[in-house]
Amino acid sequence: MALPRLDAQALMGAALLAPAALDRLMPMHLQIAADGHVVHVGPTLGQVSPVPLEGLGFKALMGVLQPRGIQDLAGLRAADGGQVRFRLATEPEIPMKGLCVPTHDGGALLNLSFGYAVTSAVEHFHLTCGDFACTDLTIEMLFLIEAKSAAQEEQRKLNMRLQGDKQRAEAEALSDGLTGLANRRAFDAALMRCIENGAPFAVMQIDLDFFKAVNDTLGHAAGDAVLAKVAAVLKKETRASDLVARVGGDEFSILFVRFVDVGSLLDVAGRMIAHIEEPLPFGNQACEISASIGIAVAQGAHSDTAADLVHKADTALYASKFAGRRQATIYSQGLEEEVARNAADLPLPRQ
Amino acid sequence: MSHNSCIAVGGIMHGLVNRSIECFVRDTYGQMAWEDVARCAGLEPATFESMLHYDDRLTHAVLEAISQRLNKPREAVLEDVGTYLVTHSNTKAIRRLLRFSGDSFGDFLASLDDLPERVKLAVPDLEFPRLELEERGNGQFCLWVRGAHAEFIWVICGAMRALADDYGALVLMEGHDPVGGTDGFIELHLAALSFAEGNAFSLGAGGAN
Repeated sequence: MALPRLDAQALMGAALLAPAALDRLMPMHLQIAADGHVVHVGPTLGQVSPVPLEGLGFKALMGVLQPRGIQDLAGLRAADGGQVRFRLATEPEIPMKGLCVPTHDGGALLNLSFGYAVTSAVEHFHLTCGDFACTDLTIEMLFLIEAKSAAQEEQRKLNMRLQGDKQRAEAEALSDGLTGLANRRAFDAALMRCIENGAPFAVMQIDLDFFKAVNDTLGHAAGDAVLAKVAAVLKKETRASDLVARVGGDEFSILFVRFVDVGSLLDVAGRMIAHIEEPLPFGNQACEISASIGIAVAQGAHSDTAADLVHKADTALYASKFAGRRQATIYSQGLEEEVARNAADLPLPRQ
Repeated sequence: MSHNSCIAVGGIMHGLVNRSIECFVRDTYGQMAWEDVARCAGLEPATFESMLHYDDRLTHAVLEAISQRLNKPREAVLEDVGTYLVTHSNTKAIRRLLRFSGDSFGDFLASLDDLPERVKLAVPDLEFPRLELEERGNGQFCLWVRGAHAEFIWVICGAMRALADDYGALVLMEGHDPVGGTDGFIELHLAALSFAEGNAFSLGAGGAN
């Protein structure tokens, strides 16, 4: 079946729509006559402009941003279907974009949109759903922006709550992740409990010797293996009722509850050092370290604070270090002065 | 009005739904009331996260606890949740999102079929029932609510009553639970499109309305 031939005139006739129909289809369009003046403005565009656009010439109407060459109606007509970005002279704050087609009467029809400025434009001009053609996706986009912002806000709140929970959990955790021993927080709490209940106890401070060398030469994995081995030694040489804690990188603290016999404590410390000194195979190498130990004893009904006791145990630990490491020292009165003298003569050598 | 609650066993419920119910109780009846409900329903910790998923048995337990504590049928509780979502200042984002449907309650009704798609745009993993509006003439409509979570019908009922007020329309509604093989539906009688002055709404994001 042959289709009837449509000539240009017939096509144009079919495209001719009443202005009211054009307004409904494109509420943001404007028509420019052959003489370069605006002859018709869509209702939403009219609402947006503070002064009537009808009758304005090209220069008074718009400043073209892109393409820069467009300076008059002829340029606009030549854009023919291309995108034109500009600001209306009457509303220079809001950049707009438009699609321009030449009309058969020598003028042009320009259909406008707010582009990315749509959210501020809608707010600025108090536009409503009815100001947009229902085929225009502006409303859907505004909906989406607002919905996604709300969802993102919920997500952000959830993240903040989770972050808070994580920090709280970490702060409340009482064990050291690497060795499974108690951590400093747990040690401090247990020390406070010992002082409060008044029973005799001992504090032992253990500092590894030559650990840094293992870490530096054999790597962190070797260091971690050493720490795990030391933790196992300390657990083995203590009772279940004692508290063994890793309180720093290579520092350990032990609370011996109701165990204050100085000779026995030194025996325990000696066994710990001996086991710690046993070389630990790592790959085809061996990790060799030792330990220095300081012990402070609290004989019931204490006048010492937790800080005092830790200080005394630390002083005894320094004494062991100054005496050549690989040994244990029990704190006794006057030890501070001795350590201070040693420190003045010979600063503690770095490992 | 039939009150035949459909309980899906072992399904999942989006946290947003649970969180809405929680916020409804807390904002309307206070923190103590919510803590009672959470304890009764065995919810531990006593709060829902809106961006996580939960076993829907938990939702049913919470609804049952609210129903008992407020001495109200579950359907009435759900309707109140719907009204709360549209009217409370803490949930004004929802009212705004619903008002994007159009400038009149008539536009809103006409857009109801699209609501599940719009919900999906906002929250892709929220299972929302399919909605079909059937126009029966003389201002009579029937809104079919099809698919998962039949309880939604009551929340939708409550939300639509509140939205009708928001638009200033006069609407009579009656909800019907699903019975046998028939989906639930809401009968609407739109008595007047502009019965009273509606609340203002501006599209501008973050606008006061």
